[in-house]
Parts: sequence; structure tokens; C-alpha cells
Amino acid sequence: MDLFEYQARDIFEKHGVPVLGGIVATTPDEARAAAEQLGGGTVVVKAQVKTGGRGKAGGVKLAHNPDEAAEKAGQILGMDIKGHTVHRVMIAAGAKIAEEFYFSLLLDRAERRYLAMASVEGGMDIEQLAVERPEALARVAVDPQVGIDDAKAREIAQTAGFPAEITDAVADVFVKLWGVYKGEDATLVEVNPLVRTEDGQIVALDGKVTLDENAEFRHAEHGGLEDAAAADPLEARAKEKGLNYVKLDGAVGIIGNGAGLVMSTLDVVAYAGEEHGGVKPANFLDIGGGASAEVMANGLEIILSDPQVKSVFVNVFGGITACDAVANGIVQALEMLGDKETKPLVVRLDGNSVVEGRAILEAAAHPLVTLADTMDGAAAKAAELANA
Amino acid sequence: MAIFLTEKSKVIVQGMTGSEGQKHTTRMLASGTAVVGGVNPRKAGTSVDFATADGSVSVPVFGSVKDAVAETGADVSVIFVPPAHTKGAVVEAVDAGVPLVVIITEGVPVADTAEFFSYAQSKGVRLIGPNCPGLISPGKSNVGIIPADIAAAGKIGLVSKSGTLTYQMMYELRDFGFSTAIGIGGDPIIGTTHIDALEAFEADPETAAIVMIGEIGGDAEERAAAFIKDNVTKPVVGYVAGFTAPEGKTMGHAGAIVSGSSGTAQAKKEALEAAGVKVGKTPSETAALMREILSA
Repeated sequence: MDLFEYQARDIFEKHGVPVLGGIVATTPDEARAAAEQLGGGTVVVKAQVKTGGRGKAGGVKLAHNPDEAAEKAGQILGMDIKGHTVHRVMIAAGAKIAEEFYFSLLLDRAERRYLAMASVEGGMDIEQLAVERPEALARVAVDPQVGIDDAKAREIAQTAGFPAEITDAVADVFVKLWGVYKGEDATLVEVNPLVRTEDGQIVALDGKVTLDENAEFRHAEHGGLEDAAAADPLEARAKEKGLNYVKLDGAVGIIGNGAGLVMSTLDVVAYAGEEHGGVKPANFLDIGGGASAEVMANGLEIILSDPQVKSVFVNVFGGITACDAVANGIVQALEMLGDKETKPLVVRLDGNSVVEGRAILEAAAHPLVTLADTMDGAAAKAAELANA
Repeated sequence: MAIFLTEKSKVIVQGMTGSEGQKHTTRMLASGTAVVGGVNPRKAGTSVDFATADGSVSVPVFGSVKDAVAETGADVSVIFVPPAHTKGAVVEAVDAGVPLVVIITEGVPVADTAEFFSYAQSKGVRLIGPNCPGLISPGKSNVGIIPADIAAAGKIGLVSKSGTLTYQMMYELRDFGFSTAIGIGGDPIIGTTHIDALEAFEADPETAAIVMIGEIGGDAEERAAAFIKDNVTKPVVGYVAGFTAPEGKTMGHAGAIVSGSSGTAQAKKEALEAAGVKVGKTPSETAALMREILSA
């Protein structure tokens, strides 16, 4: 889960990382009040969106007093930045910046450990810096069993070439950022820019944090960080039912078991769609291993309620999942929906209890259900039906 | 010979007394795996009876992995415990000197995996998973949750991030059969990579050709492609899932995410093809490519 900047700021503060005052606002009036609360002086009004390039898009504006903060907030709220609507701004205290640096800590999937990256050339697009001047970006391996202790923090600062007189202060901030990474089960902590102010303070001016959703069981408080407003309504409903669903924008609804098989099913449908008016998959839905009839029925109900869906492809290779349970789920869902359901279903079953599963569907002989023998044949049929 | 797992492998199950553990222990025993013990400190000294084709078999429960290894000489442990307890279970197996630990559990925090991988690596222990279906050397041994009846023994080695695509590909090529099929898991950090499996298949005299299945996210397939180019002489066919996956969305597996322009299926396909690997557009086309090679 990616966090908003203001959420990252709050988490930094909790772990002792130096930050400036920042208050989130959803209306111009709230923005005025926030600017007053921060002392009534100059503030920065920053769009809160989970994408980069908001400065260039006009989503970051300076305001010299609370009235101006309200005015700028009014301009920024509701803006569209790369497809993200701005629902909140952060009113941030101003700072006099002397120098800008960069720091991040992330997973190194290849080496199966963590990687700290730091540069004394902060503030710019770090991907660009990595390509154009890789020597300016220090990359230091971090052992997951040790983390960033004082020695490692100094190694990072020295490798990146931070000025000697601020090594102590910067290293202290790195150790605290490790506290964020470890303490919150983050998979990314990025500070860009990390700044030295004119009065010599080291401050994390903008932060990006990604949290590991697998670790939510030990962070009850992380549930509250989710952006319910931004979630697709179908995705939100699927999540409530414990289903792994991603909304896409095609017309063929997809249900399968296992992430790899479902991804593959989307691809096979997209290829088949090339022959049938360019129809595309409408969603990703993985009912997981060992799914019951109820899980199958819930999944089908979500997909059929998507107005963009014209046909549905159920693709199951039963490993743990039993095909008879899948077939029962399909029959139950169709019974529940009754005559008002008109979207055709193409079902391909193989593996565990396939004979029983196919027998159940054949016995039910539902007019909307077509049984297919192969994944490719089923994809072609579903694409054809979506294009009818 | 197969890789990692042979008819001589002696397997213990951590989490055998739980519902998933019981279910899959039954299936492992039915497919001929030598399951020699389970571990549960609260049920040490008891045993669990499992139904088999010729009656039933009683498997002893030990209080610790250390005790289980001392009593049985087990050299493989398979883990079916919940995510919150997985790190402890892996560390216990590593400390008991088990050389191969297979972690089926889905939903393990990646920080836990990073820590126990680093620890296992320092002790020379091979991990497979987490979030994986395990591995099967058909007719010899089966550790994890791969159905044993999809395909028999044969000459194809299969390595895949995905469980169900493993099953699908075994099914497509069931007339040829497999030396070993291994599901390495879909998490960002995994104990055994495509490269590890490719290296083992290359060295295995019973494996004639290799199918490699990847998916979006990270650059494991690109690195595997570079490895194949320099080190693998056996024919390899590849498949990559997720061409239609949108950027920034996790597709089921925690590691399956396209970030910006990195981790795309297209880039992986191109890297594999540049290394001389034939890549199928669909599972069936991939199987057809392998069929051509083996029939030649």
C-alpha cells in the first residue's frame, strides 16, 4: 500500500525523523485554519496524490499568508494530476533550503536483501539521475538481519559524499528512517528531498512510504491509512468479501484460481479478442487455492454486477481447488440471480474432481453456461460472446 | 535423479496437525512421499493416522524439529504454519540442520522472508518459497501441494513462479512427463530462484529439456535469461504471464507488479528470446514448442 505524503510525514514524526509541520486539509477553509495553526506565515500548499510530477502539474504552490493558502488550496483541490483527482492538500511549514539530498531504502529482489540509495544531488528525478549520472547515486547493501546501525548509516553518508560536518546529523536521520522501514514493515522509504536548511537542520521535506500488506496482521493501525475514497467500488466490495480483484476496463469478466493462471487467462483473452472486435479482459479475479462454492458464487456475483462485463470466462485448474465446488458455486450464484441475469458464461474446468464438476454443470444445463474443453477455446468463445 | 527431491528424501511437516497440514500430508503420503514425522510442541509424543491406499499409516509428532531430525534423519521440512509463525518455523528448521526447507505459507511479511533467507543462506540451507506450491519429482517424492496425478515421471524439468500455471503446463505435457516440477513462489523475495532451478536441471542427467514460467514484476526472468545464455546447454522454452497487467497494480502475487516501465512481461519475453529461449504466447503454445523439441 502506497501512502500519501502527509501520512508518510506523520509516520516519520512518530519515529523521530525530523520533519516540518504539516496539516492535511480538504477544503479552502481548512487550509486557512491549518496555515494559521502553523503560525500564519509562509506555507506551501501541496496536492496529496500518489503519483510523481505534481510540482510540474501545478499541484505545489507557495502561500504567504492564511488567506492566500485558502485561495491556493481552492485552485489545487479537484485538480487532475495524471489521472489522480486531488481530494486533499497538505499545508506545510516553509523552510529556507540550503542544500537538497536524496535517500531511499527498498527491497533488492535480486540480491534478496535491502538496498539503501543516497545522493547529494537531491530534488531531481532520481530515475533520471540513476541513468544519466549513476556515479552520483550511492548504492549500499543492507543486511536484513542487521539493518542500518550507526556504522552502516555512516557508510551510506560517506559513500554518497555527504559533507563531513553534517555526517553525524545525516547518519542519525538514516538510522531513524531504518526505524520507519523496520518498525512499520515498509517495502519502500524514500525521502526526496532530504534537505539542509539555512540554519543547519537536516529535514525530511517530502516522503514516500510503501507498506507491506502481508504485515497488516501486526499493524492494526495501518488499516486506517487506506484511501477508501479512491478505491474502485467493485474493488472495495471484493475486498470486503476477501477476494483478490483488480478492475480493468474490458468486457470479458475473468475468474480463475491462482494468480499466475489468472494473469495468463487475461492475456489469452486479450489475444482471442484481437479476432473479435478487440474485446479485452474486464478484471483480474483470483479465487485462490481450495475455494469453496461460496467463494466462487461471491466472485461471480461481483463480476456480473460490473456493467462493462458482456461475458464471463471461468478458468479453473483444480489443484487444491475442487472443480465440483466451483461448479456448485456457479450453479448457486445463477440460482440466486435468477432470470434477471443475462450475461453468458464460458466455463473451462480441469484437474481435481473435473468429472464431477462438469457433470454438475451438465445436469444443471443452465442456458447461460457453455462448457469448454480448453483454455484457448474457452477464451475464443468468451471473446466472441462479448463482441456479439 | 531429479533435482532437490528424490525417492530417498525423508520429509517432516511443520504444521502437520493443522487442517491444511493434515490434508496435504494425506496427499503427500498417497503420492509416495516418505513423510517421517510432524512437529507440534503441544502434541509431542502423539501420532496422527493418515488413510492411504493400502490402509493407514501412523506418523509420529515431535516436540521440535531438532527432535524430529534426531529420531528420523529427516532431510526435508515442509512448512504449513500461518504467516505470523513462519519465520520462527524456518529458523527452527535451519537451526536443526535440515538442508532443504519448503515454505508453502502465503502472506508472509517480506521483512520476515528477508531475515530468514539471510539466516538460512548463512547456514547453507536451501529454502523454496514462501507462497509456493512446493515441488514434485513424479514417482519419487512430492513435497507441498502439487497434485501427484497430473503427470508421471519423464524428462522435462519445470520451474515456475505460479502454482496453477505449473499444474496447467504439467497437464499440457503429461504425455512426456517430468523429472521435477518446482513452484518457486510469487513473493518479492524467494529462497530458490529460476536460476537456481535452471542450474540444477542443467546438471541433472534425467532432465532433457526445461520449461521456465515467469510473470510480471522484478527482473528475475531477465537475470535467468542471462544465466541461460552463458550456462545452459539443454533446450529451454519459456512462458511469461501478465502482458495485459496494468502498471502499479498487484496481480494476486505480492511480487507481481509492474512499476513504471520495469517488470513488464514484454521486457522479460524479449530478454528470454535474446538468450535463445523460445517463448510461447500462451501456455498451450509453450507446450507445443516443447513438444516440437522433444519429438525432434
